[in-house]
Amino acid sequence: MVAAPDVPRASSDALLNAQPAPKSRNMGQIIRWLVLFFGGILMVMPIAYMISTSLKWPHEVYNVNLIPEEPTIENYTFVLEDGRFYWWFVNSIIIATITTISNLLFDSLVGYTLCKFRFPGRTIVFIAILSTLMIPTEMLVIPWYLMSQSFGWLDSYWGIMFPGMMTAFGTFLMKQFFESVPDDFIEAARIDGLNELQIWWTVAMPLVKPALAALAIFVFLGNWTAFLWPLIVTNSVDMYTIPVGLSGFGDEADVAWELIMTGAAISTIPTLVVFLIFQRFIIRGVVMAGLKG
Amino acid sequence: MANLALRSLTKSYGSTEVLHGISLDVSDGEFVVFVGPSGCGKSTTLRLIAGLEETTSGIIEIGDREVNNLEPKERDIAMVFQNYAIYPHMSVKKNIAFGLRSSKMPKADKEKRIQEVAGILDMTELLDRKPSQLSGGQRQRVAIGRAMVRDPAVFLFDEPLSNLDAQLRTQMRLEIKRLHQRVGSTIIFVTHDQVEAMTMADRIVIMKDGHIQQVGTPSEVYHKPANTFVARFIGAPSMNLLPASMSGEMICLTGGRQVEVTLKELPSGKDVLVGVRPDDLLPDDVNPVISGKVTVLEPLGPETLIYVETASGEIIAEADGRSPPRVGDTVNLGAGPEHLHVFDAKTGEALT
Repeated sequence: MVAAPDVPRASSDALLNAQPAPKSRNMGQIIRWLVLFFGGILMVMPIAYMISTSLKWPHEVYNVNLIPEEPTIENYTFVLEDGRFYWWFVNSIIIATITTISNLLFDSLVGYTLCKFRFPGRTIVFIAILSTLMIPTEMLVIPWYLMSQSFGWLDSYWGIMFPGMMTAFGTFLMKQFFESVPDDFIEAARIDGLNELQIWWTVAMPLVKPALAALAIFVFLGNWTAFLWPLIVTNSVDMYTIPVGLSGFGDEADVAWELIMTGAAISTIPTLVVFLIFQRFIIRGVVMAGLKG
Repeated sequence: MANLALRSLTKSYGSTEVLHGISLDVSDGEFVVFVGPSGCGKSTTLRLIAGLEETTSGIIEIGDREVNNLEPKERDIAMVFQNYAIYPHMSVKKNIAFGLRSSKMPKADKEKRIQEVAGILDMTELLDRKPSQLSGGQRQRVAIGRAMVRDPAVFLFDEPLSNLDAQLRTQMRLEIKRLHQRVGSTIIFVTHDQVEAMTMADRIVIMKDGHIQQVGTPSEVYHKPANTFVARFIGAPSMNLLPASMSGEMICLTGGRQVEVTLKELPSGKDVLVGVRPDDLLPDDVNPVISGKVTVLEPLGPETLIYVETASGEIIAEADGRSPPRVGDTVNLGAGPEHLHVFDAKTGEALT
């Protein structure tokens, strides 16, 4: 019989000592799951209440029960048949779409320029753009309003859209992403005879698709849910966006929460579509970014 | 194809001059390799030729046409980058075709050209793949294909093999060499690897600190180094440099031995350096130049490198692979006078 050497004994000791570790790991995992579970509940509850309220009769709105006692789709019928909601929906779609496209184009153009070109004052321009991030919207609405008024843009699409056609955040985001595009790619394209605009469009833009997708989601959601500025710049009910229009459901005596929640539930559909479309690009972009040079 | 000329080329970044008047003539169809340590200015020179950087002064001519003020696309050059610069969102075919985007060639001719290049590079089967589905060597071939498809006057290669593993590098070295023999283009190739330079070049340009140290065939720079920098840089292991002093027409090595070498010119002072390549320094008990104790052996198969501690410091010599001396042995080492190089100790310039 061969005597057991020291080393295997030491290994088995180590294994014995290691036994409590999985327990603590399990505990950690349970805590993590619990945190995620309650976090999830916290996120989902408002949406669940929104859908629940949209299925309630007015007299039941202030009951906290999640399941309506007498569910109805009457609110949906009312909102969809109400011509105003249709226009608010169209307005919101037009504004959010155009603003998103505009941001994707101009933010990336400026971001690319600030990232890939060397010119005097480049840093100052970048800092100036960044500094606008620190000014709250509430402070800007008065100058925006005065500008809109002087240009005759009040109560128009242009008036609602112009402050958000290009954003400092988008420029910053795109500049940071363009940093990851190797200069070799741009120089190779330059040697191959492309002009700077062609290089930006054919070489650089496809390589920052994840950033463009993220920016598209942010901008679309931001404009879809924007309330303060559209409320200030619009006068006629037909020019309202969904958030502004929904806030008007009801009167001084009572707020029609069931209708507001119904409108809100319907208005989440485009944002979900936008998210599902662009999420694909984010994942594909992450896969592509894994490619080594 | 075209010849290339650099005339007193300088490049400064702010007040720092990094290239100090480079002059060089490259003949039509010649394969010239720029080699030197990091920061010597070889890549900067290449980027100046490509038009990716502006020259501070001097003239660049491609095909007897001054190109200083021309855009990169107007210079009729193609460049292969260290990181290949192939676009991950395009297929191999689109990547190769990218070089023809600005060409006014008919579509059918473009297609024919792409197929032709893919055929030369043995990539016809891979045309529909994305770069992520290719190996390092295949990606490098795509980058070469994109350069080839334009049929440029001058090919520029910026350390294209440095990202490949040793085996693939050897293979690609051979492929590029074969490609050059086949298409006969003028090639400027930048590398920091002296083995690449020696094996591929028609002529080597050795650079240091923004100056050209020597221009010559691989054989010339190896056997007739212009100075101690070239002597050390070219060849692996590098040349042994032994301190010595002049005594009349004889050279006295530290440690007492004297050697006789015919000098083309006399040194500025009394001190010189005697250079001898390890493969020229062999065990020799009859007419030794230097002797010392063996400290380390490096068997390479057919021969063994021996590290010998001498009165002039540690030197490397070569011994037969089958019966090398042992560590601790005292060996006498000799070299023929034709294998001894003498350098001025002060200036480093060759005197033989």
